[in-house]
Amino acid sequence: MSGRLGGLINAILSRALAVYASLALMYLLLPIVTIAIFSFNDPVGRSNYAWAGFTFDNWLTLFRDPTLVKAVGTSLRIALVSTLIATTIGTLMAMALVRYRFRFRKAIDLFVFLPLATPEIVLGASLLTLFVTLQIPLGEVTLILAHVMFNVSYVVVTMKARLSGFDMRLEEAAADLGATPWQTFWRVTFPLILPGIGASAILAFGLSLDDFVITRFNAGQVQTFPVYVYLKVQKGIPPQVNAFATLFFMATVTLVALGALLQRRRATLKQ
Amino acid sequence: MGLIRRHPALVPLLLLLPGITWLGSFYLAPNLQMFASSFWSGSLENGFAFSLGNWVNYPNALGTYQEQYLRSIQYGFAATLICFAIAFPLAYFIAFRSGRARSILLFLVVAPFFTSYLLRTIGWRTILGDESIVLGPLKSVGLIDPSARILDTPVSVVAGIAYNFVPFMILPIYVSLEKIDRRLLEAAQDLYASSWGAFRRVTLPLAAPGIFAGSLLTFIPAIGDFVNAELLGNPGTTMIGNVIQRQFLVVRDYPTAAALSFMLMLLILIGVTIYGRLLGTEELTSKAI
Repeated sequence: MSGRLGGLINAILSRALAVYASLALMYLLLPIVTIAIFSFNDPVGRSNYAWAGFTFDNWLTLFRDPTLVKAVGTSLRIALVSTLIATTIGTLMAMALVRYRFRFRKAIDLFVFLPLATPEIVLGASLLTLFVTLQIPLGEVTLILAHVMFNVSYVVVTMKARLSGFDMRLEEAAADLGATPWQTFWRVTFPLILPGIGASAILAFGLSLDDFVITRFNAGQVQTFPVYVYLKVQKGIPPQVNAFATLFFMATVTLVALGALLQRRRATLKQ
Repeated sequence: MGLIRRHPALVPLLLLLPGITWLGSFYLAPNLQMFASSFWSGSLENGFAFSLGNWVNYPNALGTYQEQYLRSIQYGFAATLICFAIAFPLAYFIAFRSGRARSILLFLVVAPFFTSYLLRTIGWRTILGDESIVLGPLKSVGLIDPSARILDTPVSVVAGIAYNFVPFMILPIYVSLEKIDRRLLEAAQDLYASSWGAFRRVTLPLAAPGIFAGSLLTFIPAIGDFVNAELLGNPGTTMIGNVIQRQFLVVRDYPTAAALSFMLMLLILIGVTIYGRLLGTEELTSKAI
């Protein structure tokens, strides 16, 4: 009897859990859906908060505001450059931390983790104090320096997780077959860690594109996409911003899906 | 190349060099500089002077802005608790799914990261607005007072913070739950543990590192946030982040701003240490993500 009751309770609980989880996911996705829907809004006046009617206009006039277009370009440029640098030096660091044993390894591990445990406002503000003290003019260069800084830690953490599952015997096998270290790296190691590098790069690119707090402190007069949005909050955000955000979202989703698909195909090919 | 062959111990150092240099120059040096700046006196126009005796910036800043510090701690706590309440069941649900469903669900969890943080926060203005899909129907049915509002109150600020950082809670908890050896749960059942008993004595302790990492990764950005208080709050919901950004970017009182930032870091460090002792989790870095 108690067994049957227990089974019933378990069934109810697992059903309740499923409902709760679905609600939680809906909560996570609600603002994204709202942003996308409001890219088709035909707002009355300047603010785009209340639904006023359906239109394709915002998508057709995507490039109307030159400031917005320029901000998007700046964001993409900074994201691209900082991702390239951060992914490269972050991957090298992760390789050193995972595959070699040396003194101060633990300390360096902690040091790399620290930026992730520091509030963004402190990262941004402290960089600003340094730039002000050294009288380095704020602009795209300082933004790239800043974005690489916070992205390196994310890349190292992601790559470390990927590298720890790496089968070192493959490299030994390559060496046994007479490959030089250089050949071994480019023909064996690199192709194998490439998916991890790709995942880290996507993460870094997204973080850079979206960063507001650190950027706000070190941008000077430069406007990135988030800074443009922030400066428009008071006056009303043009609905084209929603269209751009939706576009970014779709592009990232496509990229991630393609990556997953490629990896799966490779896995099936191997079998 | 010859040098490396002769001294293989140099390899990890060379690999680390660019990253260490970058973090040293743009993470460590700025923080040291900020600490030094907190002892500055003077102004932007007349120039700043450093003197160790000038520690008054600290009590001054703390005296003026203790209300904002307290509020940040409260909001940070509340948001972290809400995040946990949302994240644990969701992470549990995902961790016990099959591979395919699991990757799709995980993707949905990180999907918010693919849209602008600012726009998502502003999205809540639409969702929580006075006549919005949330409040509108409740008002028209007469369940709540027509003048009731969520937007521009502490509730909307905490809700916004919780929303923005909840994936940081979900992911570490998910990782720790996913790693649990399922045979341990079977063993618990074989030994006549009830489902609740197995959960409480096997699952929960093994999930503790994830909960620890998740709450830190939520609480730290939450306590330093200023975007939610600015976009979803009112002047009475000002957090310490708002003060710091105003002091740095508008007032340009760098010494006060630096002292405020440094105390925020200190607060977090103390909190993390106490919390770590309470939970007995020490290896923070390896379990964080």
